[in-house]
Amino acid sequence: MSEEKFDAIIVGGGLAGSAAAYTLAKAGLEVAVIERGTSCGSKNVTGGRIYAHSLAKLIPDYAETAPLERKIVKERIVLMGGTGSTTIEYGDEGLKEPAYASYSVLRAKLDAWLAEKAEEAGALYITGIRVDELLQENGKVTGVVADGDSLNADVVLLADGVHSLLAQQIGLKKDLTPHQVGVGVKEVIGLDEKTISDRFGVLPGEGVACLIAGHATGGAVGGGILYTNKNSISLGTVVSIGHIGDGEGLKVPDMVERLKESPLIAPLIAGGELLEYSAHLVPEGGISMTPQLVGDGVLIAGDAAGFVMNLGFTFRGMDLAIESGRLAGEAIIKAKEKSDFSSSGLSEYRSLLDNSFIMRDLKHFRKMPDFMESSQIYKEIPEIAGEVFGSLFKIDGSAPKKMLKNVNSILKRNIKLTTLIKLATKAMGAM
Amino acid sequence: MAKMTLDDKLGVDRFKVDEHNAHIIVDETYNNIDEINRLIMACPAGLYSYNDGKVDFNYEGCLECGTCRVVSLGKVIKSWSYPRGPLGVEYHHG
Repeated sequence: MSEEKFDAIIVGGGLAGSAAAYTLAKAGLEVAVIERGTSCGSKNVTGGRIYAHSLAKLIPDYAETAPLERKIVKERIVLMGGTGSTTIEYGDEGLKEPAYASYSVLRAKLDAWLAEKAEEAGALYITGIRVDELLQENGKVTGVVADGDSLNADVVLLADGVHSLLAQQIGLKKDLTPHQVGVGVKEVIGLDEKTISDRFGVLPGEGVACLIAGHATGGAVGGGILYTNKNSISLGTVVSIGHIGDGEGLKVPDMVERLKESPLIAPLIAGGELLEYSAHLVPEGGISMTPQLVGDGVLIAGDAAGFVMNLGFTFRGMDLAIESGRLAGEAIIKAKEKSDFSSSGLSEYRSLLDNSFIMRDLKHFRKMPDFMESSQIYKEIPEIAGEVFGSLFKIDGSAPKKMLKNVNSILKRNIKLTTLIKLATKAMGAM
Repeated sequence: MAKMTLDDKLGVDRFKVDEHNAHIIVDETYNNIDEINRLIMACPAGLYSYNDGKVDFNYEGCLECGTCRVVSLGKVIKSWSYPRGPLGVEYHHG
């Protein structure tokens, strides 16, 4: 095996890695994907929902062939504070149009499917093997060492996930800091298909995405997530590692338990059975955590490159992973034509990314990570919403208060007016 | 849904434990309580505890998220790597 030289070796058979492998194999390049899990996806976790636009570009008939759970047709945002919770629900037939399509997914199935597509196109998959280090000659990456074997290639694509220990090893990426990442904890709760559709008020094959701020994290920067799958519900929390212990000081594993016990969630999961308990890190630093994306003989894609956007009302990562993998593949094909795998030969990747939605959107939302660290979103705002709606709906026969005066006093009790104005201004600036 | 302990939850997951190598090495004698508490608060699998003046950690049941690495590498965490393939946690949903 060590005599063979591949055009490209890809570390990690997740969505970024397999999107690249598919692109390269289709162009006739010899590509090997090395995945440490028994099968692709077996080490991966999503919230989660995928926005399908970039997958549609890669595999146009994905809607018929991919293992998608439910098409998301309703978006819920919940502010959970005190004893009350306020839900904003958005539904629109337009959400069902192919251009806007998004689906709940589970990674063990989705990643295995995409890997199969790449394998059919001619990519070689080596699973159950961990890449321990990168081979370098005169500063150029020339291959990998995996389980004691050396494998050589013209170029190595690092699609090895959020930590990317390999990119750290060669100095392309710094160690993650607590404020750059959130820790996600998720339970997959089994329920039958019809029960889920009935409880969430959706037709067969359709589903709901729900983000929850407040109560679950006890005021720490983060929130709850809920996605309906076909026969299960994905329920979890994500909390910024730099803010664990803030607010009420909840332990990370207790947050999902708190969510499950809340009056809003408990009836939705009643009678359910835990199928899996998982945890994974989520890059949350936005564009400021982008590593050096190209080196001599090496590229970085997906979570390893920090390509995730937490916008508060939605999370995006998998669409960026697939697009960055595809673009890395395109750049490698160009480099192969010129037989130049130096960082300048691979620099096409950087310009493809700059001209793609990835860098455009990361730049557009560059102030979002800072805004998302505003503690008021997770405590004061959900509580204010609860009090305001409570004053409207709790009727005991006593004299109603003047609306404006009432809202004013609720605001005054919870937050400084200047803080609120600053927060609103910051939100507008970040959007 | 009935309340479940963390052990019960981890019991639902599938693991292939590497009996011979720990992929995370902790400094058992580390004694800054604040730092140890950060790990106890943060680990989604609840694998860290502090008993009789020693850091108690068991890598079996590790979900491989790397939160402890981000929180305390170079302090309580002496070294952190993924388990050798194909060992460790094996997600069937993810």
